[in-house]
Parts: sequence; structure tokens; C-alpha cells
Amino acid sequence: MTTLSVNGRKHAIMLPADVPLLWVLRDHLGLTGTKYGCGIGQCGACTVHVNGEPVRSCTIPVGELDGAAVRTVEGLSPDRSHPVQAAWIAEQVPQCGYCQSGMIMAAVALLQRTPAPTDADIDAAMTNICRCGTYQRVRAAIHRAAKA
Amino acid sequence: MSGTIALDRRALLKGGVALGSGLLLAVPLSGPVLAAAGPAAATDLGAFLRIAADDTVTVIVPVVEMGQGAMTALAVVIVDELGADWSRVAVAPPPAGTAYQRPDVTKYQLTSGSWSVRLWYAPLRTAAAAARTMLVAAAAKEWGVDAASCATEAGRVLHRPSGRSIGFGAVAAAAARLPVPEKLVLKAAADLTLIGRSVPRVDVPSKVDGSGVYGIDVTVPGMVHAAIRHAPVYGGGVRSVDRASIAGEPGVLAVVEVPGAVVVVAESFWQAKAAAERLDVAFAPTPHDTAGTDALMAEERRKLDAPQAARFRSVGDAAAAIAGAARVVTADYSVPFIHHATLEPMNCTASVTADGCTLWVPTQCHTTALEAAVRLTGFDESRIRIHATLLGGGFGRRIHTDFIEPAILSSKAVGRPVKLLFTREEDMQHGFHRPAMTARLTASLDAGGGMTGLSMRVVGPSVHEHFWPAFFKDGLDYAAVMGLTTKATSSGLHYRIPAQHVDYIYQPTHVPIGYWRSVGASHNGFFMETFIDEVAHAAGADPYRFRRALLQDSPRGLAVLDKAAELAGWGKPLPPGHARGIAFCENVDSIVAEVAEVSVVEGRLRVHRVAAAIDCGTVINPDTVVMQMQGGIVNALSAVLGEEITVEDGRCVQSNFHDYPVLRLADAPVVDVHILRSDGPIGGVGEAMVPTLAPAVGNAIFAATGQRLRTQPFARDGLTVG
Ligand code: FES
Ligand code: FES
Repeated sequence: MTTLSVNGRKHAIMLPADVPLLWVLRDHLGLTGTKYGCGIGQCGACTVHVNGEPVRSCTIPVGELDGAAVRTVEGLSPDRSHPVQAAWIAEQVPQCGYCQSGMIMAAVALLQRTPAPTDADIDAAMTNICRCGTYQRVRAAIHRAAKA
Repeated sequence: MSGTIALDRRALLKGGVALGSGLLLAVPLSGPVLAAAGPAAATDLGAFLRIAADDTVTVIVPVVEMGQGAMTALAVVIVDELGADWSRVAVAPPPAGTAYQRPDVTKYQLTSGSWSVRLWYAPLRTAAAAARTMLVAAAAKEWGVDAASCATEAGRVLHRPSGRSIGFGAVAAAAARLPVPEKLVLKAAADLTLIGRSVPRVDVPSKVDGSGVYGIDVTVPGMVHAAIRHAPVYGGGVRSVDRASIAGEPGVLAVVEVPGAVVVVAESFWQAKAAAERLDVAFAPTPHDTAGTDALMAEERRKLDAPQAARFRSVGDAAAAIAGAARVVTADYSVPFIHHATLEPMNCTASVTADGCTLWVPTQCHTTALEAAVRLTGFDESRIRIHATLLGGGFGRRIHTDFIEPAILSSKAVGRPVKLLFTREEDMQHGFHRPAMTARLTASLDAGGGMTGLSMRVVGPSVHEHFWPAFFKDGLDYAAVMGLTTKATSSGLHYRIPAQHVDYIYQPTHVPIGYWRSVGASHNGFFMETFIDEVAHAAGADPYRFRRALLQDSPRGLAVLDKAAELAGWGKPLPPGHARGIAFCENVDSIVAEVAEVSVVEGRLRVHRVAAAIDCGTVINPDTVVMQMQGGIVNALSAVLGEEITVEDGRCVQSNFHDYPVLRLADAPVVDVHILRSDGPIGGVGEAMVPTLAPAVGNAIFAATGQRLRTQPFARDGLTVG
């Protein structure tokens, strides 16, 4: 059994220790905002925060997370008011939107570490894949959120 | 568009709208909420409108949303013509139904080909005008006034002389009982308040908080999960399955054999995936077990000299022009198979019961999904329900049913709803790829460097052969010659080249072929516009000025080319090591020119900036056009720089993003977009920007280095990106 808190709620997870956090969130806790894109840590669609750090949840066995605090896109705000969400709407970033939960979680983590990131900081931190090519607006939205 | 037009009664009156719960998108202007389900006590006014007693208007748009913004654009068209209150509108994707088809154009109910606005702008304005006329007539009747003295505004019918008004909800039921008007007057352009404005997209809020429902997110009561393992050789089959090999695997409910694959059904996806990987499966030998892309490309190169070809275009005598030319330029080009790699892998949730079959599926084609369900369940169409979810990318991949059929068969086998999800590996290795193509272009020049003739030969597999065989006839695949034609000039060509031959030669392959963003134009733009650059270089001309001279018959084309050059500052000084390349192409009825600015330092390529100009006629939502241009240019750049599917021993070599490199943020250029306002016909946008990108970048690399890249991806030529 693994005990962890997700978006402030405690959960006792009765699953084998090797099940990746991604599938625990999606299929067992019903938090489908976190997406599956590759399963090998390449695309970042599954990005969540564990103890404040951005991680690719498809590669983290849940058994390693006993006592951890997990935050997903659903936990950012109850009403899309988190500055990064607001910036994402203002810049009309998403196209298909499938990568955007992970993008947003990566951006929130970047801004926590680096409140006024340069373009180079953004280049280094934002390694998520967007097949729709929204990168230019992702960059603009991060700069906007930094000023908010 | 304004004036009196005859009403298509069929489009207006075919109703029967079944709305899936959770899939409605509410316009977030007055407080962003997702409508959880269709409103109660609502009246259908035709197939596209449902008006509730509380004045909420639900717009059922005939297309799905895959990021292209079409749901918003078409909702705007309806709401603006109707005079509804945009802040009180919910937008829903269509069910399957003939009302959401344009049989005069295609037998398919689909969202593809950059068709959404082109197909639906006029019919939706007509349908909305009819509904508006009926709402006005109902209110006028109730008030005992002349309908001509009434109008609609913000969801109410107004009687201007008396100042009275009534909400749509209060008159919808009476309106629905009125005869559909025979003649309609569309609103004048000056009375439109939404069309032509950058209205925020209705789907965006649900994409920043995780609430948007994609196919992969569907949950229905009693649902179980499934993973698939295809025969590794394309088109191969299963010989035997050793079910005992996964005996005792936790959660496993069933192993279902389907054509070409095995499906493992389990309580959770992780269990299904793990068991599918461990399952002992023997696959049958196939005739293609030694096939590969190296041999295929060699065969295509050999066919460049084939004596026979299917002629697509014959203008003048290109052979004679070339034979008698002062100077001849010739070059061969090729592009590889590429994969759509939508970020959401293929998936479908199916529920087959004794009563019928329900699908929750991110599909670009309701018709093929419906046909598959009928074929596999034996139910007639009335027993099949299709709920289209949000699509995590489409790009043409999701018109197919290869991910729908096994879900239906699995649900049938286990008697429960089944959500089937491809792993990324299965998604990548079992795609419907943009075909690998080869071309030879030859041009004749006169003594003054003018182009007198052009011969083009395209060799490769047929995209239409399996999906749309009507467009593969007499050896000519019309997809293979896309991107070479315009309706804007009487000659059918933008460029004034007196003699032209364009030929196609079919190359069979066992690799599944499909419609990748811009289809044949994705390679023909590269072939043609790289070659034009080579001819300009041979003629000693500036590549922009050379194209200008060729565009003298096409004022719209010339304006687009000039605008891209102006936006890029063509001819202005650049930092050392930087260079520009230009390209021009019409595709999906829109004219695009792009200028790329690149640098190459010790083999490291950077694409710094792309300036793009587009003439797509009437624009519904300018910001959507800009975002599509920005995104499509990145998508196209990703393909040209590094994407390639290779085949060895009959099977796909690549399996995930570690060996199928796609462009990431750090390598993405700044894209500047200018939309030319023109009175041309409505053009498509979603694919319009793709064909010009590869040649613009390749031509810039040539300008920077003198190295002419004739084969994609450019990474093959030793360039690294970054
Ligand atoms: S799904 Fe986790 S990185 Fe791609
Ligand atoms: S918005 Fe489609 S993958 Fe990023």
C-alpha cells in the first residue's frame, strides 16, 4: 500500500508498487487531465508535480511515492484562475490541447523556480512535445504569467 | 455574403440530435463553465440548433475539434446569422447523420482536408437565417405585428416600433411549428458582429484545467480496458496465441483475436498492456517479410525513367521545349514515409449490447466509423450511436477505423464497454503514413534565363487507392499531384510557364498509406519550389524576383509573394551566417508564401524565423488563422528536419519519440503571419501552410551554405538541429 496526497487529498493506493503514477491518477483516481503520450519520459504530456518538482508521471512507479504530495493540473485552481492558466487563455495557447496539461505543469514549476525566466530558461525547461506546434504561444504565455 | 438564396430544406429539417454528456463546450464569456449535458426542455430548430426555455442556445456544429478551431468558427457563423447571445451558447460536436454531410462534395461525414469552413459557411448561414426568420415570425404572430418590423439581437426578437422584445426560449416552440421559409435574406455584412473577429475559442478553457474530454478520457459504467498487439509486419496476421502464457496475470479478462492483431482486455489499462506484451503470439508469415524502404526507394528512382506514366497535366509541348532549349536544368528529389504521431494515441471506447452499438471516439470521419460498426455488429444505422470526443490531434490519421474495429470486436467478445488504447509503440508502428515519394523535375530556359518548359514526374504509392479509389483511376492518383493547381488563373497555374507536363507513376507498397496534413502537396510543394529555386539560381536570378516574374498572370499570387517578402525584409542585411529562402504554393484553395531565415554553423541548423503570408479569402476568425499558420509551420518543420519512418523486414523500425525525433520548443522558430484581405473564395487553412515550409527552409540552407538538400528529412544530410 502506498499513501500519497493528490491535490491536497490523501489516498491509500492498494496497487502493485510498479504501476506508474500516471495510470494511478488516470484510471484509479479519475484525474484524466494528466495525459499519456509516450510512456517513456519523452513527451511530457504526463507532467505532474511531486513534492513541488515537475516529473513525468509515466516513469514513476507509485511504490516510490509513499508520503509524497502530488499536484496535477486539476489542482492548480478551482476556476482556471491560476496565473499560468489565465495566461494560457489570454494567449489562446492550446490547439488540440492534448499536451497542454503537461505544458502548464512544466511552466508552473519553471515559474516557481525562476519567477522571471529568460527565453533561454524557457528553452531549457520546456522540453514537452506539442505536435500542434503551439511553442511560440507557450513562450509568450510564460512571459505573460511571469508579469502577472 | 448577403442576399436572397433558396433554402436547403433538408439541411434545416433533418434533426434527431443526440448529444453526448460531457462533450458540450460552453462559450466562456459570461463565466467559464462546461455544460454538463444538453439543456432540458429544449426545442430543435433544425439539425444545428437547439433552443432551451431559459434562452440557452446549443449549436451542433457539423465538425469535430482537433485544435483547428473549426467548432468555434462554425458556431460563430450560426450565432452571428441567428442573432443569438454568444455568451449564452453551448457548442456540441455532431452525431452521425446525413444533415452533417455535404453529399454534393463527398459521401463522407468528415472533418479533414481543411474543408470545415469551405463546406459549411454557406449552408450554416442559410440554416441560421431560416431559424431566425422562423423565430421572428413566431414573435410577430404573437404580437400581431408585421414580421418585417422585427429583428433579432443578443438572443431576443425585438419589435423596434414598440420597443417590445422576447427571448428566443419563449418563442422557440412556436417557431418550430412554422413552415420553413422558402426564401431567405441573409444579414448584410455590416450587421455581422462576430464573423471576421478574433473570438476566443470555445474549447480553450477546457484545455487549461484538464476537464476537456478526449477519447482516452472517456469513462462509461462497467467499462474495462484493452491493449492491442498487432502483427509486426504491416498487413500481417496472427497464426496462434498461447493464452496459457498469461494465465494468472492480474486483472486479465479476455484475449480477443481480431484481424491482424490480438487484444487483451483487463480491469485496467496497465494490466492489459503488461499482459499484451507478455502474451506469447506467433504471427503468420507474409509475402512482405523482407520488404524495406531502401528497396522501395531504389524502385521509385528506377521508375523515374519508366517509359509509361499517367499524365496529369499537359500544357504545350514540354518535351519539345526541353529538347530545343538553350539551357536545361534537372534534379531529382525524395521524401520519406512520415507518421502523424498525434500526441493522443489512437483509441476508441465501444459498447456493444443486445440493443445496439455506441462509440465514444476521437474520429475525423463519422461515416467510416458508422460503416465499421454496421459491418461488425449487424445492427442497422439507427442502432449505432457515435459520440465524437475532443481529438488530441488528427492531421488526417483519424479518418481511419483501424482503432475502432478492434474496440467493437472486443466489446462484442466480452459483453462490456471496452476502452481500447494503442500504446505509443503500436500507434507509431501501425500508422497510415504519408507515402515516400520520388520526383524528377526538368526545366528549359531560353537565352535570357526565362523558363519555357517544365516536366515533372512523381513516383510513389497511391494515397487514394484504398480509402477513396474513385480518385485513383487510369493509373493516376489525384492525391499525388496535389498542390500544383489553382482556380485563380485561367491556365490552372500560378506560374507562367508556356509548356508543362506533370506525370505520375504508381509504386505499390504493403505499407499503409494515408492522408497526412496537406497530403500530396506536402511533397509537391517541396519538389516544385526547391526546383524553381534551382532554376532561378541557374538563371542567375534572385529567387524572389524570379518568382515575381513567373506570377504575372496571378495578381493574388503576386500579392501574397510580395507580402511575405516584405514581412521578412527580403534583401535587407542579416547577421553573419544567416540567409533567407522563399517559397510559394497554393493548397486547399489558399495561397501561401513563406520566407525562412536560417543559419548553419558547423553543421548545426537553426531556423530563426518564418514570415508567412496567406490569402484564404473570407476569414471567420483571424486569430485562428494565425494560430494555425504558426502551428502548422512548426509541424511541417518537424517533419522536414527529422521525421522519417523506415521499414526493414516488412516492419516499421521506429517505435516512439526517442527514435522518431519531433521538433521541440527550443528549436521552434518565431513565425510572423500576415493575412491578406481579399475577396477570393473561402480557402482552407489547416493545411495551407505546410507545402511551402520545407522548400523555404531548404532554399535558405542553400543560400547560407551552397548545399542543395533534395532529400528529406534534412537530418539525413548530416545537419543537426539546435
Ligand atoms: S507520457 Fe510521460 S513523458 Fe510521455
Ligand atoms: S496542442 Fe496539440 S499537442 Fe499541443
